[in-house]
Amino acid sequence: MSSTDIERQWTTRLRHRVTGHLPPEKVLPDTQPAYVASWIYVFGVTTMVALSMVILTGFVLAIRGPQWWHTSDVGHYVNSLHLWSVEVFFFAMVIHLWGKFFMAAWRGRRALTWMTGVVTFLTSIAAAFTGYVSQTNFDSQWISTQAKDGINATGAGSIFNVLNLGQMLMWHIVLLPLVAVILTAVHVVMVRVRGVVPPFEDAPPEKP
Amino acid sequence: MVGLPLLAALFPLDHLGHYIHWGWVYISYANAIVVALMVICFVAAIWVPFPGRNRRKESR
Amino acid sequence: MKRFRPDVDAPEYHGPYAPYDIIKEGTIAFVVVAILVVALATLFGSPDTKAVTIRSWSNADPVDFATTALGELNGTTITAGYGAPYNHGSLGQELGPLHLANLVGVTIPVNPVQDFVIAPLTSVPNDHPLRVALAQWHTASSAQRATWVSRYSHAAVHMTWSNGHIVVPATDTGPLGVMINSLTQMARSGALDQALVTGHGFYTTNYTKPLLFVADGTYFANLAKSQHLLGNQWGMMNETDSYPGQAWLWLYTFWYQVPPFSSSPNADVQVWAIMMLASALLLLVPFIPGLRSIPRKVRVYRLIWREHYRTS
Repeated sequence: MSSTDIERQWTTRLRHRVTGHLPPEKVLPDTQPAYVASWIYVFGVTTMVALSMVILTGFVLAIRGPQWWHTSDVGHYVNSLHLWSVEVFFFAMVIHLWGKFFMAAWRGRRALTWMTGVVTFLTSIAAAFTGYVSQTNFDSQWISTQAKDGINATGAGSIFNVLNLGQMLMWHIVLLPLVAVILTAVHVVMVRVRGVVPPFEDAPPEKP
Repeated sequence: MVGLPLLAALFPLDHLGHYIHWGWVYISYANAIVVALMVICFVAAIWVPFPGRNRRKESR
Repeated sequence: MKRFRPDVDAPEYHGPYAPYDIIKEGTIAFVVVAILVVALATLFGSPDTKAVTIRSWSNADPVDFATTALGELNGTTITAGYGAPYNHGSLGQELGPLHLANLVGVTIPVNPVQDFVIAPLTSVPNDHPLRVALAQWHTASSAQRATWVSRYSHAAVHMTWSNGHIVVPATDTGPLGVMINSLTQMARSGALDQALVTGHGFYTTNYTKPLLFVADGTYFANLAKSQHLLGNQWGMMNETDSYPGQAWLWLYTFWYQVPPFSSSPNADVQVWAIMMLASALLLLVPFIPGLRSIPRKVRVYRLIWREHYRTS
């Protein structure tokens, strides 16, 4: 096999593409542009670590199954950790979103980064919702019987039955976390590929 | 499972909530606090100077 | 060369770089968040209000239970008149000319008369008066059944619970008295909870039927009201007890508080349509002229990057 043949291989081409877009110094940078100097930048990483806390505590809840936390103090405590990780997660994610909006972080071919972020946000809302209806308590009874009307009215209720605990639990612990984690990974890779958005050009302020 | 009272919350919020009712706005104290903290954190994040960064600039 | 669009294009950065330890930052963030979460969980815990069962409902308020059961026979409950995806009780909500749920059709069939009343009663063993009553029900014409139900319902405003029985001052209501009483006894024993969930076999993870039945009563809604969970109480973002809830649903629940949605029979589908649109707007901000210029015009970025503007 000649070296041009090797160069033409799908695998070789993919590797070139990946390393071209994402060399190691971009994946794990050791410097940042000097303009990256504000506390607002910490909310992205805070969102990510809160997500990892959500997943870790969810792992522990999954070990003993969906009803464990009603009957065990340990289980209830892990449930508390899970709930507060979610609150911190959304707290950080919304501030991250506000910050990125006011920086117009979609500039410079970063629109897809913004969009994957928004889809992750919407997926997280769905993931949290399915968690709320999987609690197997009064809260989940009320939320599911209320939410059914909105979802049914769109026609989606015929396949997404919020009163079906098994289905909601599957969405909550398999489908939506998987999607959220994949989207987060794509989002972060895109940030690393394109870098952090530079400031607006220093032009004289527009006269109103 | 044996009860572990150590794991019980120190200040459990397991009593009926208080609500702010103002015109058509109707929000629990808990949610209002969370939202207020979010706004405070956001404002603080863009106001409070970030330490250290500008002292160690290097051209590249 | 293409014109530089300040809200779409980013200027090339040629300025200085500063050292940045991404792994250290991630580690510190993880430790801080972990401490914060442990602190919040230890301080405040989490809510766990016990689920309502048909047993607890019918013991706490047998008249409400019996009235709801009668409503299922009468076709006056939420479930009976729901429409798709459960039944043909109505066309359901409409968005313009479209009844979206109805277009998809009945995919989760629920027949309140059969599923909530007749089938559970049929499963009761060794109850001769009930068996006679059910036989009378089954052999009657639908006109005859309607007459019984109507007479019974008329008198049911004076329904009472006395000496362990539902008492309705009505005559000539065929098997209705026995059926409603038996169903109430069944509910109070806990057997109805089982009869509704085991409709799918030994194993089940589907609580569609018992949830629909419980939600048809006023007892359940009153519990929710006392916890500030009703739709017109911004309930979607609220949590039981004093815990913070899904505050991120503020915009979704907001629409239900204001006209025309606060009084619209189609509020659910209208609010969903608005939220789909709002989500699309948020998603497409980078492409929407005007919207994407807001950050440049409000100039919050001057604060965020003030060090950069000071030194450059």
